[in-house]
Amino acid sequence: MAGKIRVVVAKPGLDGHDRGAKIIARALRDAGMEVIYTGLHQTPEQIVETAIQEDADAVGISILSGAHMTLVPRILELLRENGVEDVVVVVGGTIPEDDADELRKLGVAGVFGPGAPTTEIVDFLKGAVAA
Amino acid sequence: MATTKRPPEDKTEPGGGAWRERYEATPEREGELFSTISGVENEPLYSPENVDIEYERDLGWPGAYPFTRGVYPSMYRGRLWTMRQFAGFGTAEETNARFRYLLEHGQTGLSTAFDMPTLMGYDSDHPRSLGEVGREGVAIDSLADMETLFDGIPLGEVSTSMTINGPAAMLLAFYAAVGEEQGVPLERLRGTVQTDILKEYIAQKEWIFPPEPSMRLVVDMIEWCAERLPLMHPVSISGYHIREAGSNAAQELAFTLADGFAYVEACLERGLDVDAFAPRLSFFFNAHLDFFEEIAKYRAARRIWARQMREKYGARDPRSWLMRFHTQTAGVSLTAQQPEVNLIRTAIEALAAVLGGTQSLHTNSFDEALALPTEHAVRLALRTQQVIAHETGVVNTIDPLGGSYYLEQLTNELERQAYDYFERIEELGGVIPAIEQNFMQREIAEASFRYQSEVERGERVVVGVNRYDVEEEQPIEILRIDPALERKQVERVQAVRERRDAAAAESALARLKEDAAHDGRNLMEPIMEASRAYVTMGEMCDALREVWGTWRETPVF
Repeated sequence: MAGKIRVVVAKPGLDGHDRGAKIIARALRDAGMEVIYTGLHQTPEQIVETAIQEDADAVGISILSGAHMTLVPRILELLRENGVEDVVVVVGGTIPEDDADELRKLGVAGVFGPGAPTTEIVDFLKGAVAA
Repeated sequence: MATTKRPPEDKTEPGGGAWRERYEATPEREGELFSTISGVENEPLYSPENVDIEYERDLGWPGAYPFTRGVYPSMYRGRLWTMRQFAGFGTAEETNARFRYLLEHGQTGLSTAFDMPTLMGYDSDHPRSLGEVGREGVAIDSLADMETLFDGIPLGEVSTSMTINGPAAMLLAFYAAVGEEQGVPLERLRGTVQTDILKEYIAQKEWIFPPEPSMRLVVDMIEWCAERLPLMHPVSISGYHIREAGSNAAQELAFTLADGFAYVEACLERGLDVDAFAPRLSFFFNAHLDFFEEIAKYRAARRIWARQMREKYGARDPRSWLMRFHTQTAGVSLTAQQPEVNLIRTAIEALAAVLGGTQSLHTNSFDEALALPTEHAVRLALRTQQVIAHETGVVNTIDPLGGSYYLEQLTNELERQAYDYFERIEELGGVIPAIEQNFMQREIAEASFRYQSEVERGERVVVGVNRYDVEEEQPIEILRIDPALERKQVERVQAVRERRDAAAAESALARLKEDAAHDGRNLMEPIMEASRAYVTMGEMCDALREVWGTWRETPVF
């Protein structure tokens, strides 16, 4: 690879549960990636702006508020509107299986539920960004 | 980090020495840790050789200083703990129905979960509320919603807990106003408002204003309740969320108590007499899976609080020394894999809370790693408490584990770690400066990452996740929140604004802003006036945002 994989770890919406996001951010960094953590309470617009500014290879969205079917499609839409086609989007949180299927159809590359090991997410991102 | 006193190596205790020799001749199991979940090292055995306790000084008697063995002389032989299941979703109507269901099934107190927009001080029709209304709790925008929430529930006869922090003052005012409408005198309203904004900055992250004006609001509530609502607990100082954010037991204990002392100091600065407010401060802890560590945590918490309140803050009323607390089993310990196993985890955690002397308890439902709980799952959670209360016999004797060498040593150890943290926080200038420097946030992130790494290395076994896992479909039915509820709630709040006396609402809001701009004015009466005029929670928060600004953290990981 030419350089480090650049990942934006984002917390959209109002929920403040950031334990998972922080663990993932750190595991990705420890795996050699460049991690930009947005912090909490981000709007979809703010997240997409960060992804563009940071020239991200991937965006990891952590969401536990149940608002994933509103916020994640909006992020995907904004990425497309801004001509960003090559960013890998993954989602982590309490996402029921039906919703996860729907999100994959909309263009999310991977959905990770509670208990997913960080190594699985690291490997997935390495594979998806390289592809 | 954790040091425990090792048993003596010499032969002065022939029994112990001989045992140790024989112990060391047998190899220990390899690959798994023998430390507590929080990383406190455990000796293989505790005996009088490695426990330093003086009975009267360190344990004492139930209902007496330092309350290590419990806050009441009779504990559960006099009265069982309050079984209080947290509930809230959709609009006030759905949650009202769940409340009535729980009361019919033997629950003895109500506990309200609010949705994210309410927690953050946004009305349901605010752009930031989109998609979040009624998802993780009930949406309450104005007094009109509160009237619906408690429809048919006489507020003079129940005690109600409200998990609300940033806009706690507004929700308390809505509740008091419903009481007024039902003809219940304010001094008969019983319950708890969480109001613990410090742990929001540290862990739960549902804040609105910066720390200083937030603390002013907290003290306003404490002062107002002391005068007007003497049976209300205006603050529930919460370690629960600190633990859920990934802290260990010692951090939960230390940061929660440090927050408690910060509120005490803020009230003293206001000029309140410590014994006028301290008896109404209450606490809220997590019950995690490391059984003895959790019990030790509760016992250490009571002892530290009693000693500090008496020795440092000069409280004279014994009720100011005693720490009463609510407990909730650890949401973070629930797994999405093989979710029925969560019933077992929750039962063990609940048992620890009871053996630790809790005053009230919420048991999580087994499906909560997946979604909000179904009615079926909630009933099983309540039944878990009922089995502990009526079938296991653990309630027959007060503090039945008191005097256990292991438990007493662990209680001492957690107490020691808490005092170490108090010193470090003090060195940073106190709780608020420590928050601003991200001290607690970093400590929690460290502990959380350490635990996760131990799980991923297989040193900590999580049944069904990193061992004994099976292939499974999502096997259980989960609660779905109807997306149409959001639209319904948006229409409701807009209708309230249409319907109310516009002039009264406007003047009440203007008064609130005016008073907020002046230090030294208690804001509870203006908030009550605005509530009665059907000013919404979001409008009140917006008015205060204009005066005080908002809070943003510098994220660390």
